Amino acid sequence: MRRISATLLTLFLALVIISPFQPAYAVNPDEILSDPVLEQRARDLSVGLRCLVCQNQSIDDSDADLARDLRLLVRERLTRGDTDEEILEYLVARFGEFVLLNPRFSIQTYILWATPFVLILIGAIVLLVSSRRRSKHKPEPLSENEKAALAKILEDQEKPA
Amino acid sequence: MIVEIGHYTLILALALTLVQAVVPIWGAIANDDRMMATASYTSPAVFLLLLFSFAALATAYVTSDFSVQNVWQNSHSKMPLIFKISGTWGNHEGSMMLWVLILGLFAALVAVFGKNLPPSLKANVLGVQGWILAAFLLFIVFTSNPFIRLDPVPFEGRDLNPILQDIGLAIHPPLLYLGYVGYSITFAFAVAALIDGRIDAAWARWVRPWALLAWIFLTAGISVGSYWAYYELGWGGWWFWDPVENSSFMPWLAGTALLHSALVMEKRSALKIWTVLLAILTFSLSLLGTFLVRSGVLTSVHVFASDPERGLYILFILVLFIGGSFALFAKRVGTLQTGGIFAPISREGALVFNNLILSTATATVLVGTLYPLVLEAITGNKISVGAPFFNLTFIPLMIPLFIAVPFGPLLAWKRGDVYAAAQRLFAVFGITLLIMVVAYVFLSEGPVMAPLGIGLAAWLMFGSLAELQLRSGFPKNSFKVAIRRLKGLPRTVWGTAIAHFGLGLTVLGVVGVTAYESENITILKPGETANIAGYTLRMEGMVSRNGPNFQENAAQISVMDGTRVADTLEPSKRIYTARNMPTSEAAIKTIWFSQLYVALGEVKEDGSAVLRIWWKPLITLIWIGSIFMVLGGAYSLSDRRLRVGAPKPSAKRARAANATN
Repeated sequence: MRRISATLLTLFLALVIISPFQPAYAVNPDEILSDPVLEQRARDLSVGLRCLVCQNQSIDDSDADLARDLRLLVRERLTRGDTDEEILEYLVARFGEFVLLNPRFSIQTYILWATPFVLILIGAIVLLVSSRRRSKHKPEPLSENEKAALAKILEDQEKPA
Repeated sequence: MIVEIGHYTLILALALTLVQAVVPIWGAIANDDRMMATASYTSPAVFLLLLFSFAALATAYVTSDFSVQNVWQNSHSKMPLIFKISGTWGNHEGSMMLWVLILGLFAALVAVFGKNLPPSLKANVLGVQGWILAAFLLFIVFTSNPFIRLDPVPFEGRDLNPILQDIGLAIHPPLLYLGYVGYSITFAFAVAALIDGRIDAAWARWVRPWALLAWIFLTAGISVGSYWAYYELGWGGWWFWDPVENSSFMPWLAGTALLHSALVMEKRSALKIWTVLLAILTFSLSLLGTFLVRSGVLTSVHVFASDPERGLYILFILVLFIGGSFALFAKRVGTLQTGGIFAPISREGALVFNNLILSTATATVLVGTLYPLVLEAITGNKISVGAPFFNLTFIPLMIPLFIAVPFGPLLAWKRGDVYAAAQRLFAVFGITLLIMVVAYVFLSEGPVMAPLGIGLAAWLMFGSLAELQLRSGFPKNSFKVAIRRLKGLPRTVWGTAIAHFGLGLTVLGVVGVTAYESENITILKPGETANIAGYTLRMEGMVSRNGPNFQENAAQISVMDGTRVADTLEPSKRIYTARNMPTSEAAIKTIWFSQLYVALGEVKEDGSAVLRIWWKPLITLIWIGSIFMVLGGAYSLSDRRLRVGAPKPSAKRARAANATN
């Protein structure tokens, strides 16, 4: 079921041709480690690892065979005493950065990570500057002619038509 | 025969659309009333032609006419009627037909309800709508024609994708498209105003109801899609930050910003340039979403390559409309006057803050969605940008916005007093604090941050009611007077309060399910039980049965209340025979606002089955909140002052406004 990773939205909108998929389930009872602390670490790691053959789906959610293999691999490494960092390092060395759903902060992702902060900063500065400028340039008071014209219009307005 | 007539009316609609794309705008330039007036007749006519064409396709689906290639590929004679009908738009060609049908509908609505629009503005708006229609109709006729016949005629259809055989397909896409395509109206208004070179508060007054209408539908569409994915995909997720979801979420974020900035423009004549830009951006994002989904670049670069014609054509439409409108904007931006002045702390200021955050959020989602594509195209390196990235960037952006929401309506236009507003929110702050302490004391098992999240939701919910309480003058005024005053409040005030309250509910649902969800993955033999969140579930056994076009294998699970069986849940697995495609159907029991969610995994020979059981606390609030948002929007739209086709401001008042500027 979950090979088609996306939502139904995807399913509906995606180009009709949808790959066949078989229902099995993500984490199966036989995979679960007896040590609850290790198991929790395994789950936390799994959420951030991409099922490489799926579309934008973590190995924790996916039922693909590859996802199962990766889940077992993560658990095997955990029981051997590897740290989270070592496991991620190992997986990146094998599969590339593509496996990480949370992209690392590196030269190729500077723009990605900086976007929200830089944009909000620029936006705030632009707003500050323009509001300063606006408050300096008070609109000129109405001329006598304008005042008269305005009074006349307002007077007309008051009278029922 | 009806299929050929449908095909014919589609092409006729295209021809008439080309007239609509040229004549009214020419009329507006030449100042020829008769040419401008043609749009009022052509656009309803185009809509009727498209409606007929769409109905012809739907008829082919309902009657299972497999001589039509599109029906053969996506339908089956044994499918229930409702899925035969919704199957019409459950495929590429059909969904594009729905897209243009709705586009035609909106243009016709402007023609019919826009009687009091200035003739040149109306002509330009309908002309621009004509361009968009023409572009998409050409796309359908030349690359995605649903009316192609087959010879010899196959006996049976290939069936609709089983996942789409759900009531969700009947509701979700039409709602989503009404929203997506609804923003074409605000886009057309923006471009028309740029062509005219004149934008005033009256423009915002005409645009705001359309922006609100589109927003209501888009909100409903996204929300229905989210619930559909939640119960159908079988692992209980409700939002995945999937690129396709993001494609609909970006126009929603930008459209929400537009809704708020149009308010400033209407009331205070300020933010004109920004509002026009947002109107263009919102529809551009709708087009971008269509491109991303339709071209298949998201699924894989190779899909794009396998059908380059469609992808390239939509890319062409995208470049033409987005590029063209931005070029026009750049050319005309200098001629637009900036309007009303306001202090940073004011209602306008609060709405600008809203816009700053929402635009940054839109840009973040946009960059996150496109980054892997662009990076791979430039460097060849493949990276993933998944849910963790969006959660890390989007949520921190939203927190200050949510904190600010209750302040907005309490600040005065032009110059507000933040301390006075804070004083008025003192009681709300007290309630929030109390709720946070209670949550901290009683909900010990969740993460430490969870009470803060609950507090944020409470702040939003009670804070959105603060304006109502203040305006009613309750405890100062008597209860009776307060009720009378509440009844007399403008519907827009109620609408704002209801929608913001709904936002709070949604946040509460998100926090609840994220922080306090529990899960039990287990194998049960018949007679065995499993526990979750205080409930006991007993596996009774497996049953097999046949549906109209599928075979089903279901587990029967009793939800126990002590020794009594309170309910029976039947999660199942189905095989849809035509495609030999299995699906999984989760079983859900709603208990107050929370849900018990059971999905069936592998079934062993001895009758034991793998079950994944979740307790999802408060999860329904996510969608109940969006229902409030939709209702708030709809109630606000029903306000006399905002109703579609609101009267022109009197010439005198307009003159007065000009004189004071």
